[in-house]
Amino acid sequence: MSVANRPSNRPLSPHLQVYRLPLTANLSILHRATGVALAVGALYLATWVIYAASGPRGYAVFQSFNSSILGRIVLGGWLFSLFFHLCNGIRHLFWDAGYGFELKDASRNSWIVVIVALVATAVSWIVGLRLV
Amino acid sequence: MVDRRTPLARARGLGSAKAGLGHWWAQRLTAVALIPLVVWFAISLVMLSGADYATVRAWIGSPLVMVLLILTIGVGLHHAQLGVQVVVEDYTDGAWRLSLIVLVKFIAVLFGLSAIVAILRIGFGG
Ligand code: HEM
Ligand code: HEM
Repeated sequence: MSVANRPSNRPLSPHLQVYRLPLTANLSILHRATGVALAVGALYLATWVIYAASGPRGYAVFQSFNSSILGRIVLGGWLFSLFFHLCNGIRHLFWDAGYGFELKDASRNSWIVVIVALVATAVSWIVGLRLV
Repeated sequence: MVDRRTPLARARGLGSAKAGLGHWWAQRLTAVALIPLVVWFAISLVMLSGADYATVRAWIGSPLVMVLLILTIGVGLHHAQLGVQVVVEDYTDGAWRLSLIVLVKFIAVLFGLSAIVAILRIGFGG
């Protein structure tokens, strides 16, 4: 469509390849990505209790994956996804109630969400590794 | 305020309010319920690090944990299924969209029910 016959004076969207997304936009994408990751994690949680009910041999197989390097990386990623999606989800609920929309507020509480999620993940890892 | 809608958008009216609100509301309601549930679950999971099979079973089978775990899995999968449906709707259409949504819902119910049966088996023996 040429510029001349565009239907109304609508703003153009930023060109994604040359535009550095602001933190708020990146977190919006991350909420979706972590939501999908958590959905897979929820199936994994179901699988865990099913294996636990199936007997010690089945559970040992499941556990050997959990304690492998790959398993630990995935668990770490899962915990971060959970804490990020939780914090950002609470922010979503505040937005739904009409609070925190000003650009200044949204940018500031973006940082709070990132920092809280990272700290919670780190604390969980430190405590978890001490218990193992 | 400047009206930025196209003539087509204006002709189509004010938009749909068919089943969207129920879905939106259920997504928020399950989100609120999940706040305490996932915090409890994450703390429990960390505390169970390195636990052996017997300890994990004893934990799953205690009455309060059974209730909270069934709630976490049930509400979590419901929220997940609603959320993934929105993602599928955003990126697909036609037969793909319908098949994927049906698949997501079937998987959620299958895993959810199997997990609940497993938890009850651990708790009540058998
Ligand atoms: C919601 C889903 C999950 C549940 C219910 C769950 C369950 C558990 C439990 C109860 C433990 C501690 C028990 C033990 O160490 O013997 C554990 C540890 C662990 N899980 Fe998960 N897990 C989940 C998600 C994941 C995922 C997605 C992964 C990776 C595939 C994973 C990898 C690990 C690792 C690396 C450990 C530490 C193993 C160790 O203690 O030696 N977990 N998980
Ligand atoms: C088992 C844990 C969870 C899973 C599997 C999960 C999964 C998902 C998925 C797949 C979406 C859709 C993402 C999108 O449309 O972009 C979503 C959206 C959402 N989640 Fe979660 N979630 C979980 C926990 C939580 C928690 C604890 C909260 C707490 C506040 C939360 C709040 C939200 C909100 C508010 C939305 C809607 C966001 C929007 O409208 O774009 N979720 N979730």
